[in-house]
Amino acid sequence: MATAVIPVRERENYLNKEYGVRSWLLTTDHKRIALLYLITITFFFFIGGIFALLIRLELLTPAGDLVQSDTYNKLFTMHGQVMIFFFLIPSIPAVLGNFLVPMMIGAKDLAFPKLNLLSWYLLVIAGVMMLHAIATGGVDTGWTFYTPFSTSFSNTKVIEAGLSIFVAGFSSILTGLNFVVTIHRMRAPGLTWSRLPLFIWAHYATSIIQLLGTPVLAITLVLVVLERALNLGIFDPTRGGDPLLFQHLFWFYSHPAVYIMILPSMGVISEIIPCFARKRPFGYSFIAMSSLAIAVFGFLVWAHHMFVAGMSIYAAMIFSLLSYAVAVPSAIKVFNWTATMYKGSIRFNTPMLYAFGFIGLFTMGGLTGLFLAALGLDVHVTDTYFVVAHFHYIMVGGAVMGYLGGMHFWWPKISGRMYPEAWGRLAALIVFIGFNLTFFPQFVLGYVGMPRRYWQYPSEFQVLNVLSTAGSTILAVGYLLPMIYFLWSMRYGKPAPDNPWGAAGLEWMSASPPPTYNFDETPVVTWEAYPYGEIAVPEEAPVER
Amino acid sequence: MFDNFPLWPVRASSYAGNVDALFIFLVVLSGLMSIAIFVMITVFAIRYRRQRNVRAEQIDGSTVLEITWSVVPLGVFLMIFAWGAVIYFQERTPPRGAAEIYVVGKQWMWKLQHVEGQREINELHVPVNRDIKLIMTSQDVIHSFYIPAFRIKQDVVPGRYTYAWFRATKPGTYHLFCAEYCGTMHSGMIGSVTVMEPGQYAAWLSGGVASGSLAQTGQALFQQLGCGTCHRTDVQGRGPNLTGIYGKPVTLEDGRTVIADDNYIRESILSPAAKVVSGFKPIMPVFQGLVTEEQLNALVEYVKSLSQSPAGSAGSPQLKSPGSPQ
Repeated sequence: MATAVIPVRERENYLNKEYGVRSWLLTTDHKRIALLYLITITFFFFIGGIFALLIRLELLTPAGDLVQSDTYNKLFTMHGQVMIFFFLIPSIPAVLGNFLVPMMIGAKDLAFPKLNLLSWYLLVIAGVMMLHAIATGGVDTGWTFYTPFSTSFSNTKVIEAGLSIFVAGFSSILTGLNFVVTIHRMRAPGLTWSRLPLFIWAHYATSIIQLLGTPVLAITLVLVVLERALNLGIFDPTRGGDPLLFQHLFWFYSHPAVYIMILPSMGVISEIIPCFARKRPFGYSFIAMSSLAIAVFGFLVWAHHMFVAGMSIYAAMIFSLLSYAVAVPSAIKVFNWTATMYKGSIRFNTPMLYAFGFIGLFTMGGLTGLFLAALGLDVHVTDTYFVVAHFHYIMVGGAVMGYLGGMHFWWPKISGRMYPEAWGRLAALIVFIGFNLTFFPQFVLGYVGMPRRYWQYPSEFQVLNVLSTAGSTILAVGYLLPMIYFLWSMRYGKPAPDNPWGAAGLEWMSASPPPTYNFDETPVVTWEAYPYGEIAVPEEAPVER
Repeated sequence: MFDNFPLWPVRASSYAGNVDALFIFLVVLSGLMSIAIFVMITVFAIRYRRQRNVRAEQIDGSTVLEITWSVVPLGVFLMIFAWGAVIYFQERTPPRGAAEIYVVGKQWMWKLQHVEGQREINELHVPVNRDIKLIMTSQDVIHSFYIPAFRIKQDVVPGRYTYAWFRATKPGTYHLFCAEYCGTMHSGMIGSVTVMEPGQYAAWLSGGVASGSLAQTGQALFQQLGCGTCHRTDVQGRGPNLTGIYGKPVTLEDGRTVIADDNYIRESILSPAAKVVSGFKPIMPVFQGLVTEEQLNALVEYVKSLSQSPAGSAGSPQLKSPGSPQ
């Protein structure tokens, strides 16, 4: 047969090396595990997003008319639990971190590849437990599980949800452990601490919080389960317990958890801005050290969630003071990112647009944190929509913008394909507009006095709620678009070159998509981080038009 | 100035203006900061957009700038901290001589007990320009007593008393919300506060159907529960004489000294063995679960009435003390 067609073989990479379900479910390749996480958390983002839209629809009118009050209470509880424990906390670390930490430090894999797979299985098991709890009635305690409501009064699936989050916590702890060991032990020759990418510094700080904080959450949830199941008196005052003890334990983890969600995002932004400004980051060591400072100070401010809980006023003053201290390293980062653009050569690709969005929204989230840390003002605005707006600016405006920016930035590396640039820019713009329309009115709503977690509300609050609901539908479109065009690009996107952005970082020296062990030869690093002065600017990124 | 601006809450308490002043300051400060960042990013983005044959200038950083933008914000933050702390101290320190009202939160209503004997549910009537101290507890889960017009919020915690105070400055009717999520009808746990001119308030008080003051209710309960057989006032009984003890230090069996305040009296009724007075045996029965929160309030008020109480009632003219904030 003289006309036999010889197929053009693609380079072997982590995606085409093996096929079949087994090769994915039993993989120990950090890049494949990252994709398993990506699918998992995208699923949960979708679930949590549906809860959010139902909440916003209910609040379109002052009367409680779309769902029953108990249903509404379950919706905001499960929105919080799903989004925090099954989307935000694993988001950047478990997807981008998993994919990039070994690649950025020139390693073949994480230090404990099997442990990495176990982390994913734990998250899946926890997720199934959570879905089961949701399907068999749900939980109505709020994601905060405040006692004695959660232990003695709620008649919903508190134990199931608590155990689910307990298991999810171990997934988070193991990922943190893996990263810490990997960053300490597996850096390529020459890759000293002062040459590490800022993404790695951010993940190092995050991992430390995961390791030290999450066990406290686990203990707290076990105590809730014990009090509820065995009638032990731990938090319920009628059984000799102390309800404020629960709040101290809960926030000891759950405040640092905010930094678990935002620090990796800051790491992403610290990669994107230098790349698209073609510059070394301004104040590299200050950005790196501020991540560690946030991790340390973040553990000392938990009781600022409790200024009206009945604490001593002097304790409140200490926590207020420390909360202002933790604001300084965040401010340092914002100033340094902005200064990095000075005298740069700036391109406006989708990741950079998300970085701009991140800086804007994170700045607003951070500044409104100053309002909440001010004791006398916090009394009025805590537990109102002002708080809801504030933490969404940090955790959605900040963390999710960073996540999406990072997904676009590294998508060519992950998938080997380019996403459609025009659609990417459009989606970034829609997300930014939708986000602000959803959450800015909530600042006003909070100061005017609307408490959070209200199923029905006095009619004077309606106009602001309608604006917010309108914004949420725009935001939903903005989030759906990337899901669609990322999937599309996997088949139809232009093949990505190894380094489409002309970015620094060892991950770009590998192929797109990378081979299973990342590098054919272990790289030897002889240069400082971010040598953008020496990397040629790609004439025009091979983007889809 | 902002009273007619519909996006601003009514300002109707003595310290609401202080809270608003700090808020406005922070809005201006944050606005300026946001604009500064926004302008810088925009200017850099346009001025330093990618152009042919123009390369980025590599700059490593500047220690002077880093120190400047760490120390200057820290200084501003410390000022905000101090400002917030001063207001908080004011909000959290009831002036001497404030009239007292007891508040009990339960799923899903507010129960209010005036010391004159009036009881209300989800409605609170108070006189204007009078310091009111709220002595609050919950009979089930944690709630939070929130009156936006007064800029006051305090969690109401089962098993203990928490306090709040306000001085209403403007007659009218304002929202009373529960701000801490408390279950099914959390958003239905709302009521109103009606601030009245003193004359109107006196009329309202006398128009009620109260059967005696709260202390009298407490006294009747005290007898009914048999407390008086041990806590005697004529001779030394098996329990301490309660006359004059309120607000005074008490020496305990283990040598510690505690102040006989509301929370101590409350604890001593519910679980008497917790802090036994020196010289007495822990023989008092436990009343946990036997008296309601409202009965407990009446008992506490009765014990207080056995001392020369410094507190007035909302109906009596205010004793002007030099320390009372304006």
